[in-house]
Amino acid sequence: MIAVLALCVATTLAAQGRNAHELVWGGDAEGGAPFVEADPANPSQVRGFDVEVAGRIARGLGRRTARFLQVQWSSIDQSVERGDFVIGLSGVEDTPARRARHAVTLPYFEFREVLAVRPEDRDRVHGLADLRGRRVATLGATIAYDLLVTARDSAGVIPVSYDDDVHPYADLVAGRVDAVLLDHIIAQRALRRRGDSGFTILSQPVAIGHYIGVLAHADSALRDSVDAVLREAMRDGSLEQIFRRWSVWDPSQLTLFDRVLRSSAMTPAISATATQAIAYLPSLARAAAVTLLVSLLSMALAVVVGLALASGRLYGPVWLRVLTTVYIEVIRGTPLLLQLFVIYYGLAGVVRLPAFLAAILALGLNYAAYEAEIYRGALEAVPRAQLEAARTLGFSEAQILRLVRGPQALRYALAPMTNDFVALLKDSALVSVITVVELTKETAIYATNIGSWVVPGVLCALVYLVMSLPLARLARRLEHRWGGRAA
Amino acid sequence: MTALLMIDGLRVRYEARDVLRALSLDVARGEIVALMGPSGVGKTTALRAVAALQPFDEGRIVVDGFALAPGPVPAESRLAPLRRRVGLVFQGHALFAHLTALDNVTLALRHVLGKTRGEAEAVGEKLLTSLDVGARAGAWPSQLSGGEAQRVAIARALAPDPALLLMDEPTAALDPARRSTLGSTLRRLCDQGRGLLVATHDAEFARANADRVVMLTTG
Repeated sequence: MIAVLALCVATTLAAQGRNAHELVWGGDAEGGAPFVEADPANPSQVRGFDVEVAGRIARGLGRRTARFLQVQWSSIDQSVERGDFVIGLSGVEDTPARRARHAVTLPYFEFREVLAVRPEDRDRVHGLADLRGRRVATLGATIAYDLLVTARDSAGVIPVSYDDDVHPYADLVAGRVDAVLLDHIIAQRALRRRGDSGFTILSQPVAIGHYIGVLAHADSALRDSVDAVLREAMRDGSLEQIFRRWSVWDPSQLTLFDRVLRSSAMTPAISATATQAIAYLPSLARAAAVTLLVSLLSMALAVVVGLALASGRLYGPVWLRVLTTVYIEVIRGTPLLLQLFVIYYGLAGVVRLPAFLAAILALGLNYAAYEAEIYRGALEAVPRAQLEAARTLGFSEAQILRLVRGPQALRYALAPMTNDFVALLKDSALVSVITVVELTKETAIYATNIGSWVVPGVLCALVYLVMSLPLARLARRLEHRWGGRAA
Repeated sequence: MTALLMIDGLRVRYEARDVLRALSLDVARGEIVALMGPSGVGKTTALRAVAALQPFDEGRIVVDGFALAPGPVPAESRLAPLRRRVGLVFQGHALFAHLTALDNVTLALRHVLGKTRGEAEAVGEKLLTSLDVGARAGAWPSQLSGGEAQRVAIARALAPDPALLLMDEPTAALDPARRSTLGSTLRRLCDQGRGLLVATHDAEFARANADRVVMLTTG
């Protein structure tokens, strides 16, 4: 037993890159080229300029190999502190929060935050100030997102957050958003993929930023060694060759290299302060309101559609019973996440639903299937003798449902409905995949920004509890009150 | 005198088995007829057929001029005249659990007969008082004793003022004192010009209160 445990520990340690012969680095291949992407010729390998930078660092540190570890982009900071890998490189941005929380390398690449707009807007839009009341997309938990949050207050733009950097441009072309603010490398790549049409990139950058490597806070000595390797790579031209190979070299990199080589430390180009954390609190409150609104509207839809489905299943002709049964089973048998994607992206060719509406539709139609089964069970639980008694008194079927069966079924359904609403409140976090920034997503952005999950996590949990506990309490009170009357 | 209820050659089959066969009886206004027989002989089935809750296979049922024919139960919309003529008190009372005693009685008055809440409540309170449960008008069914629940159920069945009242095992949950009170209550209803058909296996109750007894036997 002890031997097995020892083997596990040894294997884990080796996997975590404490092996002296290799440098384990983390990145997100989902981000794609030119940063990190799966090699089309050998998908088990990755390629990209960050892959080559990692290789250059490994060689400079005297390691034989650089081993890649896949990690979600937004989790790179947390993962490096956990010791999953030694250094994170994947278009990681230089921010004050990151500098404060982790050991970061010197900046090795300068990028421009650029706006992309549809061709017809090219002459009208010159900066964020021209986008008042318009939807501007970006990747969540980035400098660009922070810029948009600031511009929301100063210029009235509407930030729209995505989990990836492909859909913002697809939605720009589709007309779902009015502009995209992202790194120029990402913008140029998206434009190339679309055959240089569909949108245009504004030449004037909104801001300048830098890519850095991120190491665990305790690894500052190793970070200094990495910095030395990067300086050497700037001097000997190897970094320039890497960037040229991936077509991302431009004169601004030369200026950056000069600045880096002349000074021992650099402050981040984009000014952000500790007050940024406090600035997130109104966003959290707004996101909590979004969560509550999405949940309430989805539940209202679920109740209405659920009642219709249950009625169809109990009272309808055979074909309707079959149809409602198929609907209920298909919806319950497939993931909500898939349904969200289908309604938002899958149906985009037929009907281009706004994200908020798509979120309510997907959640509401999903929960309707569960509600329908609750209502069917509750309706069937009303004693048959009462329904027959109502018939002998001359009530129509509709009257029996409205006056006798429905009100009693509602009591039976109340407890499971409350459970469902609390579950829906939490499932509403999924709608962030279709750009609706709700409580959990905003918390993730907040946490990434300040580099810790402790405060945001506790705050987020408290807000969810504040929303769900009174509801559970109300349901218990109603049940108690009605329970005393039940025969 | 024309019978209020006429049952002629009633036959009910269930899964190729006769549940009831060749039942004929009639009930006149002002008359209590007891339908007797051991458990499972088809007493409840007969009452349900008269109340059009149950189809029958042969025979004829006529209630105060309204005829039911063999075959499936007609659509509810065609049964309105029957519903006005026949009241049924279920064995387990079947009171609506979410309504007070008074609301149980007034529900049909308001929503079927179109009376205002005030009119319906006046009728309901009068009925409950006449059955000695006026003080329990605001109680929920779960708060009523067996005897009280039964009288509320009788009041509910009487609310639309049917000429024929059907009762299924009314003494099942009553002690001897309550049985005697029930007997006098039924007689009073009868004296108001109604006909009563009471399914019971309580021979003593039937002897003491019924004008006629119809015995059902198996086979």
